[in-house]
Amino acid sequence: MMAAGSNQPRLDRRSAIRVLLADRGELLVVTGLGSTTYDAASVADDERNFYLWGAMGGAAMVGLGLAIARPDRPVLVVTGDGDTLMGLGALATIGVQAPPNLAIAVFDNGRYAETGMQPSHTDSAVDLVGVARSCGIAAAVDIANEAALADFARAVQAKERTLFARVAILADEPPRVLPSRDGVYLKTRFRRATEVE
Amino acid sequence: MNDDDWRDGIFAALKAADTRQVGYVPDAGHARLIQHCQADPGIRAVSLTTEEEGIALAAGAWLGGQRAALLMQSSGVGNCINMLSLVKSCRFPLTMLVTMRGEWAEFNPWQVAMGSKTQAALELMDVLVYRVEDAASAAETVAAALDIAFNGSLATAVLLSQRLIGAKKWVK
Repeated sequence: MMAAGSNQPRLDRRSAIRVLLADRGELLVVTGLGSTTYDAASVADDERNFYLWGAMGGAAMVGLGLAIARPDRPVLVVTGDGDTLMGLGALATIGVQAPPNLAIAVFDNGRYAETGMQPSHTDSAVDLVGVARSCGIAAAVDIANEAALADFARAVQAKERTLFARVAILADEPPRVLPSRDGVYLKTRFRRATEVE
Repeated sequence: MNDDDWRDGIFAALKAADTRQVGYVPDAGHARLIQHCQADPGIRAVSLTTEEEGIALAAGAWLGGQRAALLMQSSGVGNCINMLSLVKSCRFPLTMLVTMRGEWAEFNPWQVAMGSKTQAALELMDVLVYRVEDAASAAETVAAALDIAFNGSLATAVLLSQRLIGAKKWVK
C-alpha cells in the first residue's frame, strides 16, 4: 500500500480547484470546513456551491443526501483530509449507497492547515484511496498531476459511478477568499439557483 | 389496536409528509419502521455507521429538494450534538425519531447515562422535543413534528418512550 506522504509532486490547491471547476456545467458543489471552502470561492462564489463553515466530518454526507435527491445533476464534494478522517464512516455509508452522480475529491496536504499545520493521520500511516476502495468505492484514484485531475473532472460529469480522488496538494496557505458565513443565505440561494425553492 | 399499529402509523405519517430519504442506525425499536422504509420504492433507506451522518444526510437532501427523517436510539442523540450546529446555523428542517433506552424497565445501566439526558441534550441544541408515551398519539405526534419541521424550517425530535416500545428481553 502506498503511504499517503509518498505521493510527489504535490499540486497547488488553487490550481487544482480551477481544474476541477473549470467547466462545471450543471455541477453542484459541497465544500468542507476551512481551506476547501476558500478554494472554491477563489474560483467563483457560485450560488451552486454549498460551503460548510462547521459540521466537521459532514461534507461527504451532505453530498450523499444531495446526490440522492438530485440524480439529474453531478455532485462534487471537495474537502480536506482532516474533515474526511473525522467522518471516515461516511465513506462506508457511501460505498453501500453507491450513487452514480456523487464524486468526492479530498485535497490532502497531510495537515490541519486551519489550526497550525499539525500533521494529520494521512501524513504517516493512512492511505485514503485504500480506505475508499475498502469501503466499496472501486473508482478511487490517487491524483498528483493536473492531467489526471482533468480526467477526473470529466468523469464527474458522466455520472456513471461513485468516484473518489485523493488529490495530493502542497501544505501551504494561499490568501483566504472568504465567502458568506450566513448559513441560511447559503442554503436558500443554493435551493433557488437549483430550482427546488 | 395490536402492538405494532403505532409503528405503522408513524410510517404512514412519514409517507403523508412526502419523506423521501430515511437515515437510520439499526435498532430493535425501529425495526418494523425500518423494514417499511426499505420496502417502499419511494423512500431511500440509508443505513448509517453513526447517527451524526444522518444529520448531514438530511441537510443534503433538503438542499436537493427532498425531505428526510432520521431514526435512532437515544444513545445516538449524543453522537449528533456538534452536527446539529449545521441544522441550527442554516435552519435546515429536521425530524429525528428517537427510541428511548435507559427509562422504564431498563436492564442495562449503561443506557441510563445518555437516555436520562437525551431530551436535555436536544433542547440545549434548540431542537424542539415531543414525547410519546402511548401508542394512540404516536402517529399524530410524528405528523406534527414533520409539519413544523418542513413548513417552519425547524429541528424537531420525537422521543418514543421505553414504556411504549417495551423492555428489551435480555434472556430469551
